[in-house]
Amino acid sequence: MYSRAYKASVAIPPVLWVTLFLLVPYAILFCYSFWSVSSGTIVHDWNFQNYVQLVRNPIYLSVLFKSMRIAAMVMLLALILGYPLAYYLSFHAARRKDFLYQLVIIPLWASYLVRGYAWKTILGSEGVLNGFLQYLHITHRPVEFFLYSPFAVVLTLTHIYTPFTFLPIYASLEHVPRNLVEASHDLGASPWATFRRVILPLSLPGVLAGATFAFVLTLGDFLAPLLVGGASGIMISNIVVSLFGAAYNWPLGAAISLCMLLLVVGLLFATERLERRLTLS
Amino acid sequence: MKSAANGGRARWLSAYAILVYAFLYLPIIVLVVYSFNRSGVGGFPPAGWTLDWYTQLLSDGPLWDSVLNSLIVALIAVAISLALGLPAALALDRADFPGKAAFRRLVLLPLILPGIITGLSLLTLFVGVHMKLSLVTITLGHGTALISVATTEIFAGLQKLDRAQEEASLDLGANQWRTFWRVTLPNLKVSLVAAGLLIFTLSLDEIAVSFFLIGRDNTLPLEIWSRLRRGITPEINAISTLILLFSIATILVWYRLRARSERAEEAGASLLASTLEGGQA
Amino acid sequence: MISAASEKTAAAREPGSAALLFVRRVVKQFGRRPVLRGVSLDVAPGEFLTILGESGSGKTTLLRLVAGFEQLDGGEIWMAGERLDTVPSHRRPVNTVFQSYALFPHLSVFENVAYGLRAKKTAKQEIPERVSQALAMVKMGEFAQSAPARLSGGQQQRVALARALVNRPQVLLLDEPLSALDANLRRQMQVELKTLQREVGITFIFVTHDQEEAMALSDRVALLREGRLEQIAEPREIYGRPETAYAAQFIGQTNLLDAEVRDGIANAGAIVWSCFEHPGKAVFSLRPESIRLAPAGLAADSLDVSTARFRGRILNQTFGGAMDLLEIECKNSQRLRARIASPGPLSGELDFEFSPKDAIRVRAGEED
Repeated sequence: MYSRAYKASVAIPPVLWVTLFLLVPYAILFCYSFWSVSSGTIVHDWNFQNYVQLVRNPIYLSVLFKSMRIAAMVMLLALILGYPLAYYLSFHAARRKDFLYQLVIIPLWASYLVRGYAWKTILGSEGVLNGFLQYLHITHRPVEFFLYSPFAVVLTLTHIYTPFTFLPIYASLEHVPRNLVEASHDLGASPWATFRRVILPLSLPGVLAGATFAFVLTLGDFLAPLLVGGASGIMISNIVVSLFGAAYNWPLGAAISLCMLLLVVGLLFATERLERRLTLS
Repeated sequence: MKSAANGGRARWLSAYAILVYAFLYLPIIVLVVYSFNRSGVGGFPPAGWTLDWYTQLLSDGPLWDSVLNSLIVALIAVAISLALGLPAALALDRADFPGKAAFRRLVLLPLILPGIITGLSLLTLFVGVHMKLSLVTITLGHGTALISVATTEIFAGLQKLDRAQEEASLDLGANQWRTFWRVTLPNLKVSLVAAGLLIFTLSLDEIAVSFFLIGRDNTLPLEIWSRLRRGITPEINAISTLILLFSIATILVWYRLRARSERAEEAGASLLASTLEGGQA
Repeated sequence: MISAASEKTAAAREPGSAALLFVRRVVKQFGRRPVLRGVSLDVAPGEFLTILGESGSGKTTLLRLVAGFEQLDGGEIWMAGERLDTVPSHRRPVNTVFQSYALFPHLSVFENVAYGLRAKKTAKQEIPERVSQALAMVKMGEFAQSAPARLSGGQQQRVALARALVNRPQVLLLDEPLSALDANLRRQMQVELKTLQREVGITFIFVTHDQEEAMALSDRVALLREGRLEQIAEPREIYGRPETAYAAQFIGQTNLLDAEVRDGIANAGAIVWSCFEHPGKAVFSLRPESIRLAPAGLAADSLDVSTARFRGRILNQTFGGAMDLLEIECKNSQRLRARIASPGPLSGELDFEFSPKDAIRVRAGEED
């Protein structure tokens, strides 16, 4: 039904743009990871030095693992907060469902920076939380570790990414046919058994998607550590940022980025296959 | 599907849901409340009401310059994303070409990958062609990264499009281009507007990609960011509150648009159904 | 309101056998919209009862109330001496076959059928045998390991049936289970369902809007109209002795005659017949197949106690295989339909006759 001219003219411009502004840049970054820096300039001498350094130098691996731990914690917390909320909206909210859904989306659009900053003001030693605790005479001195710690990073990122996790879980719960729930009850399964054996399995694709979002986005995050992480809350992306900034070692930064990219793509691939197996069985 | 037995569980769930909402909105409420706080940020309870921070905001030249920059960048980014996202969606829907699957994944990458990777890649590109970093580079970055948002939204709109309308147009003698302008495009109006709104909001709040592409002029998030590095001022609470209100308004409009288009579809479908039934009776 | 005759059939048929399920003055509203306005009926053990009605009549709602998916707004439901409507659905001894089958897509056929057994903590050794018995009963034994998505509609329906029956419920509820099947498959399944019910001996409550299906399958038919029970009787009786004009028209075809009864004669304008009902205005139902061609040679409009005769002009004749459908116009423009066996082509003005006992007096309108 569509002429070749039509098909060519809709396909060519975006393909060209995306090749130029996405494929080529990613490729250049890829190339950078094999170059090195000497006396302040980038030398195109094609080697694996950067990757070797990543593995040899313990600092990079330890920060990477710390980042993954933080990402895992955020993922878990986001699931713990997001799943029951999604379940409540989908199965118990009836008429207020729409309104409550919008209520979840709104913080998503409240600007990342704004929310990170808000936590900074809450958690600081002069901040709202400390002020509140002292006002109630629960503490008498400001608690230091609220801010500029991994705790603050986890708290902030959980706050930011819980709606991201909520969305796909809610979508998949909405897709569970209600007559399956009725059928389960009809066959004698209690509400809890029905949840365990029908609703939960059918919502797993959404859970997987939501968990992946939270994990991947947290792993690549560099703003929250800068805002609330302090020295002990540094994550792998912060190292990359400094390598592209003051530390001036673009090739090494590129190598780390590429590793992150491979990690993320690998994770997405794995979850995609897991999801396909779940929905087919 | 409620019964007496369900009531208890529902009550626990709604209590939990309230807690989650409280967690999601706590920082936002603190932000807004303290933007009116006389003694500025921190401490508890808030000392007194004042609009000083807002008036201070009004006379803050550099801040409004950055707002203007952000608006310009956002508008152009919308234009770029739509101009490329529309043909991309059409191509994915209607054309087969070598590398189509790769193209689809490539377009989605900026959405899935941490922004830092996309930002860095574009940086290496611009540096490679010796292009100076400026608002132009930021705009190109936003436009590219957000193409996938446009593509996804418009693609969904294409699925709901009745192919028969286009066939009818061709049948009546209009060529492919006329059909596109007078049949396809009007039907995609809602998708285009919804996508535009979304891209606009995302661009206004964008930091990760912009961080690396910034030149002399700041966008609003980056301006706020640089001030945050220097120290906290309550002025930032004030501007954050304003950003929040603006984002909420935009997203609510987007949401209503979506809902109305879906209801219009249902209305159209039921109208069609009742017409057919009436014809048979 | 149900007449005395229906009241009798609404209760247990055989003396001494208690009804299994009691539905008493059940009321249900959705928001401001009343769906059931006080329905009462009893279901005997082992019977095949069909709840028949148009969409909106409340038949599905009534079924869902028995299953426990909705809550009553008024009235009570009892089963085997215990109050049923206060028990949550997962503890009621009833099982449902859903219109959309509602098979669990993430479980195999075997696991679907075993679901209820596992929920009730049936002994693990028992499960495989009971499942294969149930599947054999519906002739789906070889599909035990299949995924539901790969089965055809008819096959899914059988699995849904097996899944319900394996739990040996006291009552099986079927919500228009055959409506998604094509005509041939539907007829075949009707026979299988009926046979299955007789073999298993469980009470079936079957909901449908298809009156032919109801007539074919049921021991009794309960006709619902706008949330009220119109009539409940065996198929032959509800067909032969409809109590209301609605029942007469909904089940099979009929002619409705407005007549005035006086001095032993019912006068419907162009048609008169001897009638010993109460005098006054009345509506009568006359089934098309009750009308025959009058033998030639008798005077038109002649009248005796056993035959009523009238003259009419053929407007239309539709060939129907064994019986033709005739549209007849009488002298005062009154129109009737008649079904006559193989009359050959007819035309012009002819004489027709029927037995007065075939003109059944029915209630019309909203008399309650």
